[in-house]
Amino acid sequence: MNLISISTAKRTKSVGIWLALATLLALLTGVFSVHPAHAAENCVPDSETACVEGIIRTSDKEPAAGVELSLNGPSGEATTLSGEDGRWSFPVNVPGSYEVTLNVETLPEGQFISQTDVRQIEVDLGKKGAALFPLTADESAAAEAGGEVVSTSKGSNQFSWPRFWQQFVSGIRMGLLIALASVGLSLVFGTTGISNFSQGEMVSFGGLLAATFMTLIGNLIVAGILAILAAALFGYFQDVLMWKPLRKRGLSLMQLMIVSIGLSIFMQFTFQFFYGGGVVSVGAPRPETVEFWGITLTTYSVFAMIVSIVAIGAVGYALMYTRFGRATRAISDNPPLAKASGINVDKVIRIVWIVGSGLAGLAGVFFALIFNGITWFTGGQMLLLFFAAVTLGGLGTAFGAFVGSMIIGLVVEMTNIWLPGDLKFATALFILILILLVRPQGLFGRKERIG
Amino acid sequence: MSKDPNYPYDRQKLRETLNQLEQVPGVSKPDSILTVDNIERRFGGLNAVDVNHLEVQRGAITALIGPNGAGKTTFFNLITGFDQPSNAPSLFGSGDAKWSFNGRDLGKTAAAKVARAGMVRTFQLTKALSRMTVLDNMLIGANNQPGENLFVGLIHPLWKQRENENIEKAKELLVRFKLDEKINDMAGDLSGGQKKLLEMARALMSDPAMIMLDEPMAGVNPALTQSLLGHIQNLRDEGTTVLFVEHDMHMVRHISDWVVVMAQGKLIAEGLPEDVMKSQAVVDAYLGAHHDRDLGDDAALTTGIMTSIANEAELEAGRNNS
Amino acid sequence: MDFLTTLLQVAISPTTIAFALAAIGLNIHFGYTGLMNMGQAGFMLVGGYGFGISVAQGLGFWPALLISMLATTLFAILLGIPTLKLRGDYLAIVTISAAEIFRMIGKMAMLQNVTGGPTGLPGREFRTAFTGLSPLPDGQTTILGLTYLNNGIDDWWTRLAGGFLVILFIFITWLLIRSPWGRVLKGIREDEDAVRSLGKSAYSYKMQALIIGGIMGGFGGIFLSLPGSLHPDAMGRPTTFNLWIIVLLGGAATVFGPVLGALIFFITRILIITAANAFIPDSMLGAQQTEQFAWLLIGLALIFLVVFRPQGILGDKKELSFNV
Repeated sequence: MNLISISTAKRTKSVGIWLALATLLALLTGVFSVHPAHAAENCVPDSETACVEGIIRTSDKEPAAGVELSLNGPSGEATTLSGEDGRWSFPVNVPGSYEVTLNVETLPEGQFISQTDVRQIEVDLGKKGAALFPLTADESAAAEAGGEVVSTSKGSNQFSWPRFWQQFVSGIRMGLLIALASVGLSLVFGTTGISNFSQGEMVSFGGLLAATFMTLIGNLIVAGILAILAAALFGYFQDVLMWKPLRKRGLSLMQLMIVSIGLSIFMQFTFQFFYGGGVVSVGAPRPETVEFWGITLTTYSVFAMIVSIVAIGAVGYALMYTRFGRATRAISDNPPLAKASGINVDKVIRIVWIVGSGLAGLAGVFFALIFNGITWFTGGQMLLLFFAAVTLGGLGTAFGAFVGSMIIGLVVEMTNIWLPGDLKFATALFILILILLVRPQGLFGRKERIG
Repeated sequence: MSKDPNYPYDRQKLRETLNQLEQVPGVSKPDSILTVDNIERRFGGLNAVDVNHLEVQRGAITALIGPNGAGKTTFFNLITGFDQPSNAPSLFGSGDAKWSFNGRDLGKTAAAKVARAGMVRTFQLTKALSRMTVLDNMLIGANNQPGENLFVGLIHPLWKQRENENIEKAKELLVRFKLDEKINDMAGDLSGGQKKLLEMARALMSDPAMIMLDEPMAGVNPALTQSLLGHIQNLRDEGTTVLFVEHDMHMVRHISDWVVVMAQGKLIAEGLPEDVMKSQAVVDAYLGAHHDRDLGDDAALTTGIMTSIANEAELEAGRNNS
Repeated sequence: MDFLTTLLQVAISPTTIAFALAAIGLNIHFGYTGLMNMGQAGFMLVGGYGFGISVAQGLGFWPALLISMLATTLFAILLGIPTLKLRGDYLAIVTISAAEIFRMIGKMAMLQNVTGGPTGLPGREFRTAFTGLSPLPDGQTTILGLTYLNNGIDDWWTRLAGGFLVILFIFITWLLIRSPWGRVLKGIREDEDAVRSLGKSAYSYKMQALIIGGIMGGFGGIFLSLPGSLHPDAMGRPTTFNLWIIVLLGGAATVFGPVLGALIFFITRILIITAANAFIPDSMLGAQQTEQFAWLLIGLALIFLVVFRPQGILGDKKELSFNV
């Protein structure tokens, strides 16, 4: 970089942005501990090969290594052991029906097969066929070895009231988690106009960091708090080093949106680079479960729901009754007017970034905790749900974002009762599109005024 | 432009006709090109526009004046299809808003169709197409180019000739508006006043029967203002009815044939320029504007008021869509 | 000359061609009309499925192609109706969502018999309809050190037909953009209200642009799946983002920008990966991590492009197309 011309305003801004990215990189690399890359011998299907494969996990979702499996079918017989990541696979070169048998003797101690030890699988060349062997820690629930052959099929989607209520509560839990991330998204949109596509990665960031801090410290609460603080700090640096200079540079909103997409890609693959492509577990102790009215929840879930409600309530209170909240709403209404009436717009926006990122980090910690780990792509996957929630509620209104989140959360979990699991995100996005057709300004949004 | 037999080219005669009219809001005109009935627009609890009846005389330069925030621009938006009246007839419940232009009903007509019907508007904040040349800006104003259809556009010979004709016409107009030297410049590089001229020239490319100018003199230096006023009079003399918005009532006295005054969304006076300025209602409206709460006057708006307006608007939006 | 051959190989690979086709379409959306289509990969997938499934179900090449184009048109209309009257970011959110929905539906195990489910539709089920059209004699040919089958999997015919389409699409773009129709599009990009006030229905023009660019994207989807298989995950969000980089790199609102962008994008990618593999020991950067590293750079490239050179390589700063 040319030091002489640094005095010109434009160059200084460029330096700022370079610095921003450098710091970002440093921040990310500094914090992450490098995990070893996975060394599984994966079977890759091609025109000559088909794969029969699966992952074996213990009842607490940890990969089970060293389990012996044998294959019998048109291409002959074979035996293999599951790898460190619980993965096993048989490459075969004749299509047809195969039988996979799990040797129950080789299961980790205290683990039992919960359904069957023999599965039948159909594979075509160039394709994969998966056989699942769910395990349980409960001996009384174990299936008998050598039992009947079960062919692989999805669980049936039958309606029952207990299941309905279970999914309903899961929906509320999902809604609260989505709300944590969407409120930040909505506040940032309201105050700066940016549709921030990297909000999902803030969620992954929180969850992954919680895992790292957990291995370093070992105390779940401390690790969680540190992860949230780190996320908030990251939000602060994002604004100081990146978003603010870019705003001052006069980039259009569309440019900023694309910048956020770039940041999102960058962060995703930084995560993948350091944490690998698999599920990163927080390594928290196994939770107790609580049962009420026929609904089963882990203590983590209950804890997460309570904390989420408190956090969202606090943000809502702050928005309604504090000076900062009023300033935030004034900026959302009319930035020039807010500025003219003496509100420090930049400061408010900075706080919004910090709070928004912190909340997203919190959501990430809970995601990792409730769903037994988090991947580099968890946030990216959820991002569209956040957008759906925010759009549903009305772009830029925090309360709308909350209501939208709850609706989306319920939709995601409840449609699971009737529709195949592959579609649970699709329905939420479909609802988003429907809403835009009927009520484009969202449930709580204001119509735009032209002219 | 071909001569329209119904158009009152003789301005003296037109003025005499107008002289005989009774000077009350909503008075009926002998030859009305635009007739508006019961048009309302609410933002939250505020009635931005509430006009019972208005007729605009063909061939006249009609000035629509009023203090800031009187609802003039909103009224323009409603008439030209850029906004819908709150009482527009809809699927659920019937509204009674209705207006017609040149004998054609315009309620619920899209902005583009309003323009095609011959009523072209300009904007208060000029909308020059910045990253296109002045010539392209002009050509886009023409409404008779078949090449604007996707499939015709692919075949050059089908639109080449019309294009050449339009270029000639554009050049003539640009000469008239003294923009001919800028013909290949980007429109974004023009000065504010030049953009106003370009917008006006562009609107004329389609030979509109009526042109609606939203504050054409705003932000233009005094020297250019004089020439703008001249252009407006020329427009009239050549066969285009002019309706223009202005908030400075002294600016309009010399060129307008008829003045309509709005305040707080309502028509409060109508008449000849020299008479209407003296009317007590008008004087009150202008002086009162400095005391009363007023939608368009930013200085009077505090965040508190804004929030209350916002809340009401939300409720309103809810009502509209349920 | 080994290295140059590799570059040539990348430059004329069906993947590059497919991306160039889809990028030309995206350029019509974004470059000329200002539409933030964040789901161009969805259009590719719709076009690809439209063709692949039709052939797999027994239709001939031309009816299948027609169905593919109709499917992308329908997709564009469905997405356009709710969004084209709204602010730009709504279109972005809806297109990205619709593309994801479509990908998820394509991946559904329930539809295994139609779409091939999670494993995709193998190329052999629909390729023959395309190779059957080839005027080339059977056998293989070597040109400039590159040897491929004339007709078959990953063949010269695909490259030839693809190259022809790229040229055709560029020509169509050029014709459209210099026409009065294209002028209205640019006007809409600049200021929609102004164009409406001049008597053009912005909505209708945006819809037309969305359809045309979408159909071009659909062709991209067909070409992406011809050599291998039609896999829903090959046309997900990353594909869309790559297309954006390609368009921005080459220069939005320029006729040749998307093609240049596609060439540079894929050549740079192969350069990065080759260089990383050659100079960085495996212990530091495994093969998989090299891939991730390339992605990481892509993310950075997108940021820097948008911030420092939004007009791309061929673009004119005076005419760059970021609005709002």
